[in-house]
Amino acid sequence: MAEKNATLLGRVWQSISAFFKEKIWQGFCVNILYKKFDRYKGWIYLAPAIVLLLIFTVWPIFNTVRMAFLEGYTTMKDVRGDTFSFGLGNFTRVLEYKGFLTALKNTMLLTVLTVPISTFLALLIAVCLNSIKWFSRALQTIFFLPYVTNSIAIGMVFAAMFNMIIGGGARPDFIGVVNIVIEALGGEYINWMNEGAEYWAMITVMVVYIVWNALPFKILILLGGLQSVNKQYYEAAKVDATPRWRVFTRITIPLLSPMLAYVIITGFIGGFKEYSSIVGVFGESMRAPGDPTYTLDTMVGFIYRAISNQEGTASAAALILFVIILVVTMINLYVSKKKTHY
Amino acid sequence: MSEVTKNVSETSAATLQTMRERDMQKVSAKQKIVKICVQTALYLFLGVMALIVLFPFYWMLVSSVKTMPEYIRPIPTLIPHTWDFHNYVEVFQNEDLLLGQLFANTLFVGVVSTLLSLIITVLSAFAFARLEFKGKNLLFAALLATMMIPGELFTITNYQTVNSFGWLNTFTVLIVPFLVSVFYIYLLKQNFQQVPNELYLAAKVDGTTDLKYLWKVMIPLALPTLISITILKMMGSWNSYMWPRLVANDEAHRLITNGLRTAFTSAEGVTDVPLQMAAIAVVSAPLFLVFVFLRKYIMKGVSRSGIKG
Repeated sequence: MAEKNATLLGRVWQSISAFFKEKIWQGFCVNILYKKFDRYKGWIYLAPAIVLLLIFTVWPIFNTVRMAFLEGYTTMKDVRGDTFSFGLGNFTRVLEYKGFLTALKNTMLLTVLTVPISTFLALLIAVCLNSIKWFSRALQTIFFLPYVTNSIAIGMVFAAMFNMIIGGGARPDFIGVVNIVIEALGGEYINWMNEGAEYWAMITVMVVYIVWNALPFKILILLGGLQSVNKQYYEAAKVDATPRWRVFTRITIPLLSPMLAYVIITGFIGGFKEYSSIVGVFGESMRAPGDPTYTLDTMVGFIYRAISNQEGTASAAALILFVIILVVTMINLYVSKKKTHY
Repeated sequence: MSEVTKNVSETSAATLQTMRERDMQKVSAKQKIVKICVQTALYLFLGVMALIVLFPFYWMLVSSVKTMPEYIRPIPTLIPHTWDFHNYVEVFQNEDLLLGQLFANTLFVGVVSTLLSLIITVLSAFAFARLEFKGKNLLFAALLATMMIPGELFTITNYQTVNSFGWLNTFTVLIVPFLVSVFYIYLLKQNFQQVPNELYLAAKVDGTTDLKYLWKVMIPLALPTLISITILKMMGSWNSYMWPRLVANDEAHRLITNGLRTAFTSAEGVTDVPLQMAAIAVVSAPLFLVFVFLRKYIMKGVSRSGIKG
């Protein structure tokens, strides 16, 4: 009723308010609130992850680089209010430090020895596993077993296998099961890791353990690659009566090259981060009993020991490690791009 | 006349045929012998390698039930004369080791961090896989880039951070810093993206909320990946050594790997190897049980990740 008798002005107002109600208000509700929310919903879902990543991943990247380039940085001095000048002092100090050079040498040596050996053995085992008929599944499971272990715990088992128990006499009370096998084969027992053990003997123990530990992953990846190779290539080779060895070098290796590249690159990265396997075998001191220094120290070991009181040094060493890994990975990628056939 | 020649040619053709067959048989017999030889060599090689791979496990188990005098015999007994299981009782009573406490600590940290990590991973993967928002691709690329950096670089600052939070020697410090794994998010995102988008839109039309959709549709479909993540994360807590050693090395919060290493380092003189082997066997047992029952998920997860834990 009222609407009908309303003045022109009233009607205009009503239509305006109706317009407002329908378009603007709803528009506000739908467009601004709902759509804005929709637009930011992704961020809400990601919020917990982002907060944690900011604190424990993003901030460390900046802070570690900062600490590495501040001369003689330690947290204690920083908290006390000391100021640090910008410079490369940490890097030069790390590189002049004898312990670091030992660590670098050990890390490089272990990587250069273990990656080729384990890759070659894994390739051999994977190819054999791929060409047998029976027990293939069971053998695969056996070869995967070392992966599901605690590298410290099984390192201690390896230590027990190589360790001698020295008594009063000239000959140790117990020479260890590995030495027993060596003597049974006509060799002489070796002091692998007891007091006075030689460097090469200790490195050999580590190479054996690291290769044993690295095999399962490599076999898994390479076998997966072998099983996905198209059988037609092999049938074509069979028709041409191609000898086995040629089939292997001309068909299997090229088709497997992406997996080989992957296994080698991850092997190098893992090798440069070697630490806990050595702690497993030799203990936290990373040396044979009686050695004055950390004979078997690695880069990561060096960094860990510097973490709690020499943050600047630790950061510089970590950056050096990062750069080494980056360069080695780049070289690997470059070589594999030239050599791999996709 | 012509019939005779035909006959002759027929017979010669027949003999030729049989001769060729005989030759073929000879060749195939030769091939068979070669094949058998090669197969034998393969099995021999694989058998020897398998023995080498298994030997440490065998030595651990056998030594753990020996007595010390039997262990140090010059010619070791391959099967123990006396089966002495008291080492397995002893490891739980040993004051240096406190295996029960270590088990409880590790289990608590493992379960809590796995649960929280799963929640965070699922939410993040859902956002990256299904929701549209500004800067999504850039953010994802940035996350992937952080995977290239070695963990030690983070650890230095993280140690400083947790120290300033006053978190040293707590369970928090063992759980919180490693809750987000970019790799798990990546893995699950790939899996979520395989679910057709039409399902999501249909659920939207029906008025299903995102969370309900996530719970009722996405999670069941991505269950295998979630199981893989759970196992890898649990194994990670079980095997982690460096970070726990650094930030929580007191008795109340020590984790199992660290406890094992510490217990058999401090002792001077001759280590009781059988006892040590028993402790290692007890610590390794859960991993083997998980492996026996969930091998498929572990191998699938590992072949895609290439990381331990």
